[in-house]
Amino acid sequence: MARIGVFICHCGENVARTVDCAAVAEAAKKMPGVVHSVDYKYMCSDPGQQMIRDAIAEQKLTGVVVGACSPRMHEPTFRRAAADAGLNPYLLEMANLREHCSWVHDDRDAATAKAIDIIRAMAAKTKFNAPLTEIRVSVEPTALVIGGGIAGIQAALDIADGGKKVILVERSPSIGGHMARLSETFPTLDCSQCILTPKMVDAASHPNITLMTYCELEEVDGYVGNFEVTIRKKARYVDPDKCTGCGSCYQKCPAKKIPSEFDAGLGTRTAIYTPFPQAVPNKPVIDAENCIMLTKGKCGVCAKICPTGAVNYEDKDELVKVKVGAIVVATGFELWDHSAYGEYGGGRLCDVIDGFAFERLASASGPTGGVIRRPSDGEVPQTVVFIQCCGSRDDKQGLAYCSKICCMYTAKHAMLYRHKVHDGRAVVFYMDIRSGGKGYDEFVRRAIEADGVEYVRGRVSRIYRRTDGKLIVRGADTLAGQPVTIEADLVVLADAVVPRKGADRVAQMLGVGYDINGFYSEAHPKLRPVETATAGVFLAGACQAPKDIPDAVAQASAAASKVLGLFSQPELEREPIVARVNWDSCVHCRGCITACPYGAIDDHEIKDRNGNVIRVVADVNPGVCQGCGTCVAVCRSNSIELDGFTDEQIHSQILTLE
Amino acid sequence: MTQAQAEQPATTEGPFEPRIVAFVCNWCTYAGADLAGTSRLQYAPNVRIVKLPCTGRIDPLFILKAFEGGADAVLVSGCHPGDCHYTSGNYHARRRWTLFRKLLAFTGIDENRLFFSWVSAAEGQKFADLINDLTEKVRAAGPFEAANPARRRICP
Repeated sequence: MARIGVFICHCGENVARTVDCAAVAEAAKKMPGVVHSVDYKYMCSDPGQQMIRDAIAEQKLTGVVVGACSPRMHEPTFRRAAADAGLNPYLLEMANLREHCSWVHDDRDAATAKAIDIIRAMAAKTKFNAPLTEIRVSVEPTALVIGGGIAGIQAALDIADGGKKVILVERSPSIGGHMARLSETFPTLDCSQCILTPKMVDAASHPNITLMTYCELEEVDGYVGNFEVTIRKKARYVDPDKCTGCGSCYQKCPAKKIPSEFDAGLGTRTAIYTPFPQAVPNKPVIDAENCIMLTKGKCGVCAKICPTGAVNYEDKDELVKVKVGAIVVATGFELWDHSAYGEYGGGRLCDVIDGFAFERLASASGPTGGVIRRPSDGEVPQTVVFIQCCGSRDDKQGLAYCSKICCMYTAKHAMLYRHKVHDGRAVVFYMDIRSGGKGYDEFVRRAIEADGVEYVRGRVSRIYRRTDGKLIVRGADTLAGQPVTIEADLVVLADAVVPRKGADRVAQMLGVGYDINGFYSEAHPKLRPVETATAGVFLAGACQAPKDIPDAVAQASAAASKVLGLFSQPELEREPIVARVNWDSCVHCRGCITACPYGAIDDHEIKDRNGNVIRVVADVNPGVCQGCGTCVAVCRSNSIELDGFTDEQIHSQILTLE
Repeated sequence: MTQAQAEQPATTEGPFEPRIVAFVCNWCTYAGADLAGTSRLQYAPNVRIVKLPCTGRIDPLFILKAFEGGADAVLVSGCHPGDCHYTSGNYHARRRWTLFRKLLAFTGIDENRLFFSWVSAAEGQKFADLINDLTEKVRAAGPFEAANPARRRICP
């Protein structure tokens, strides 16, 4: 006979505000099988958990229903408490009274009635819960890091320094990411390349790191501890083992006019190229779309000039399979396309540039050698207007969120410009200045007070090009309460930070959620900021939300420590939600074998004592089974049960739902 | 079941409140409903969620049981095509649903009381809208037993 205990949590006010918890606990007492029912302010707190432990011991409970938050939140907490009291943790179920009831309804009577229904259904299910034991699975102690920007590099280095193998996958020909493109970094004005390139070299030379540049994720299979990942090695047309990185090929390549992605289109590159001189690995690739040999079939200069014969025009994409135990996603960000803003020229004014273009203009290794020159005529601009919140905080045409880094980098840009052009005028249009961070506000004050940057509070309504080439910037100064017009030579837009194109595809492969803007969702916004809903997949950097370098590095190190924690155990415990076949009734129709997405079900021969096969039945390998239950529903003879979600459990749950 | 009925006054008194049973997968729609909660999106309190690991687990019998148990409508909702946590369970569910709907109609149950939807973990708003929309539809269609006397035979 089942002896169920029901525990209703007020969650402070969160549940109690709309659900009459005492009434729910009272109603639960009358439910079949329920022998104990109480409510308490914070069930997840220590005294709350103690109530459960005590009741299990005193009332000899055979099952527990906790009516509180979503099981995604505290199921492990309560199951641990049950286990402490000697009850099998899988005899405890959570009824979701917060996310599915109190938070979504404001009618107290209706919410209370619904809460009672939810408890009744869970109590009915719990009556049929069976004790289960965790399944132990091995862990492959190799990590995969997706993205070779600063976050990916940091995560890879930390994991590798912890003594575990890392595979670092990067889409472009070199690691380094956006940070390699920056001129100097706020608030210290460190040269970005000077602090980044040693780390890039470390990553490439680390014995525990395998660098896979010019590669993309193709497919992800498996589960925590045992992911099987297919990686597409894109055709480089240059054999990296033979190439010495001498650079003769790109000096001689005749296709020279290709806009350089690295230089934000301000500079050019050749068809066989390394993105920048400090690239790691410093081995060129051929851009098949622009190579004369690969598009027109004649040229072949690079193959002729190459002293080691590394160029191979016949190169093909290759698929590589790797086994990893954990995955760190660090796919990063890109800038929003400001061509949606028609009033800012709609992307057609070449002297209206984005932040990255300005970084390249200001960078000593950039296309202008560090001299700020405007793209149209190469003149040094005498007036530069910087416009913050371009796309950010604009839910009509742009994006609703604040991109977080723009206030700081705009201050830096204005400061760098004033350092380089002493008599130049720098004007910043801003909505608010958000400079929270160590040394950040001081930095902005310095830009205003020491470097004479003019800050104008207000939006720009229009930018247009006068016939003499001047950009006329019309805006409002909301502090002075008057319109302003500035004749500028160059306008720099602080475009919003958005996730990388294709980030959604990566998320779908990994089973990671993403928000309405495409940023990856962490498992808990406050308490589990680097984990995802998929066990074994962790987040680092701006793929999760806009972040500056220190934040991205901090999160990367946090992700690395999570990976190392995971790898510190030789085996993982996995939820014992797996399918079981009843061999007595299995008719071996093989329906389940074809339906199983994991190939976890196989034929099993039942033999007599002489070794003769009497019958063949289906058998589930619990190590491979992931517990989806598809086989259960396809089974014609009703011979498969899914532990934790048996027909008996679900039916009794359904039949109470009035 | 009989005890459950004894506790609750018959819902036939007063205005009709639809009872909707939603079979959802743990990874997408359940999480989507959680997101609706964390975002405090208000929706009709007429839905009762049954969590399953995957929509692929949904046995057509569950749907019949739900109607038997007094549901006015049933919703099946899982991950978007291509997003299934278990790769292909939602495709199984979709195929089963397509066939089963026809069978429902054949048995005399109004097939328009069985709904199907994809709601991802990121679509809290979609979940709230879906439930509101469904509740209104079922409210307009009226209670199940009145619409179909056959039900009284399965559920005396």
